[in-house]
Amino acid sequence: MRRLLKAGRVIDPAGGVDAVLDVMVTGGVVAEVGQDLSCEAEEVVDCAGKIVAPGLIDLRAQLGEPGRELAETFVSGSRAAAAGGFTAVCVRAPYEQAGDSAGWVSFVRERARQGAVVRIHPIGSVTKGCAGNELVEMDELRAAGAVALYDGDRTISRTGVMRRALEYARMVGVPVMVHCEDADLAGPGVMHEGFHSTVHGLPGIPAAAEEIVVARDLALAELTGARLHIAHVTTAKSVALIRAAKTRAVAVTCDVTPHHLVFTDADVDPADANWKVRPPLRPRADAEALVEGLRDGTIDAVATDHGPHLREDKQVEFDRAPAGMIGLETAVPLLLTRLVAAGRLSLPQVIAAMSWHPARILGLPGGTLAPGAPADIVVIDPDVERVYDPIRGYSHSRNTPLAGQRLAGWPVATMVNGRWVFRDGRVVA
Amino acid sequence: MGFKHLIRIRDLSAADIERILTTAAACKDIFGREVKKMPTLRGRVMVNLFCEPSTRTRTSFELAGKWMSADVVNIAVPSSSVVKGESLVDTAKTLEALGADIVVIRHPSAGAPALLARAVRAAVINAGDGMHEHPTQALLDMFTIQEAKGTIDGLHVVIVGDILHSRVARSNIWGLRALGARITVVGPPTLMPPGLEQLGVQVRHDLDAVLPEADVVNVLRIQRERQHAALIPSLREYTRLFGLTRERLARLRPDALILHPGPANLGVEIVQDAVDDPRARIHDQVTNGVAVRMAVLYLVTGGRHDAAAA
Repeated sequence: MRRLLKAGRVIDPAGGVDAVLDVMVTGGVVAEVGQDLSCEAEEVVDCAGKIVAPGLIDLRAQLGEPGRELAETFVSGSRAAAAGGFTAVCVRAPYEQAGDSAGWVSFVRERARQGAVVRIHPIGSVTKGCAGNELVEMDELRAAGAVALYDGDRTISRTGVMRRALEYARMVGVPVMVHCEDADLAGPGVMHEGFHSTVHGLPGIPAAAEEIVVARDLALAELTGARLHIAHVTTAKSVALIRAAKTRAVAVTCDVTPHHLVFTDADVDPADANWKVRPPLRPRADAEALVEGLRDGTIDAVATDHGPHLREDKQVEFDRAPAGMIGLETAVPLLLTRLVAAGRLSLPQVIAAMSWHPARILGLPGGTLAPGAPADIVVIDPDVERVYDPIRGYSHSRNTPLAGQRLAGWPVATMVNGRWVFRDGRVVA
Repeated sequence: MGFKHLIRIRDLSAADIERILTTAAACKDIFGREVKKMPTLRGRVMVNLFCEPSTRTRTSFELAGKWMSADVVNIAVPSSSVVKGESLVDTAKTLEALGADIVVIRHPSAGAPALLARAVRAAVINAGDGMHEHPTQALLDMFTIQEAKGTIDGLHVVIVGDILHSRVARSNIWGLRALGARITVVGPPTLMPPGLEQLGVQVRHDLDAVLPEADVVNVLRIQRERQHAALIPSLREYTRLFGLTRERLARLRPDALILHPGPANLGVEIVQDAVDDPRARIHDQVTNGVAVRMAVLYLVTGGRHDAAAA
């Protein structure tokens, strides 16, 4: 089967491509990218006025299974991903669970095979039970298919354990992903500590709770030479620390979420726990530093942190609600509307941070339209504008403060391995 | 003006606050009467939903409702009921189905009254939520100051104590600022939240230097748990630095006022001599609390009539 995507604005950051071109797909791979490709194809899709880019890769999401299938499943979550332009999602164990055995990795692969419409890559944990004391059998997890190791929002508090984890992971060749938060300093905090936490009377998490652990883990990455990936950076000082480490050639990469780029602590509504995320939303100056970090390459990637929760779990007191918001379906239009349209980031920068860079960070297939690459492709229509209604989305959950917001620049088609999974605004797989 | 809920002082303008205080003064007139009863809320159901222990605030609201002829129901919900699976919003909807017109809520979580106000049609009055606000306490403090001083504009109000955990301090800051007072907060840095300067408040740690400049000293309660959380070394040292002791009473101007939201830890943040001092208005505060709460009940229900007519 040959498919020709005709005359779209092709953005392929791996090759520095940003031009109106045709993309020819043969079977499951990209065959050719060029001007006025004329070879015969069974399907010709007019992409004029649209953006054609490598399928997006999400570095980190929770999909509810096992245990919270009402909130999300691999089926619903992968359909949400397809609708959001993602062709691959790296999945961590949900909520308080630990992906600390090869059993978890096999479970993810099996469930994904049974009904996921995009590629699903399992993320294992770093320590047993994510308790921060004993290392998981890292090589077994890697061999089973884990693409990274991550203890969720349970930062390894014992510095010695973190050092050993990095050393051992280096041998195994699997990246360690970290959530940087000093638990004692964060205390019972539920939002950024600052003027707004004072006004709302909510316990705060100071920026230093993150920066202390970023500094520590950068020092440990330098000590061990291991590959460190810092998840969801949120403060200006964290960005500065990582920038400085990169100039010293420390093997560090990092990501940021769409919500930390766009929202601030001033947006937090204490009567709506959909605003509760971890790490918390930070002040404007931090959000601006995150955008700058993406622009200058200090921040490598954008990850959704897709965190589905039931309405009944979120419609409670702010300090009692679980943290997290869904994001797979809105990442692209949110960034295009609030950052690209506003001239703060270029489209190729956003695409690179969501495709080529995530692929490189974890060594995943895809992320490029180079000939021979898997035909994982997203088509985005920059002119489609609509008011977001999570009830009409594919995710089982609706926990997002974006409901009712007018966003422009939605994915309209997504192809995985040469097959359409999302077409004309509908999941078709 | 009518308002449907009273969630936070931050929402109120100077005119709104003056309106409440003027109404409270009228309500206080009935205190001297032999029969303390107004028909204003006859046929209305008022529910005191207290998810945190409280005697004085609950009693004060209860009396305010009863003197205005409302049918008052008290519900003490231990916060552990959340464990049983009934959420706050469920509870509120149940109360509404039972005919509640007004829900007065005290809750350990900041934002709970606002959450409730969105979920039900009844008028919601915040009787203290976490570290957020305690609007009627600030209103009764302002009423008491205005009663004694004639005005609040231009006064220097000193709030001493655990500002970090205090909803009373936050509500007082919003209200007193709106009415033109100058505010200084005093306490250890470990009990100060960030961003107070942005609220137009001066932060000090030297009570002895501040006291002679005070028109009003509002002494907050210090909780013993703060010592265990390493926020203060000991209650003894707290008293040495921030307690309203006999020595400090001497530094206070003869026309200054002493307030305390109660219940006081005698011998810790305040001594008995300070409570008994002629400058103290602590018992007036309790009385005025009923008047202020009557005014609030009157205005939230009146506001609803206005809204329905419009």
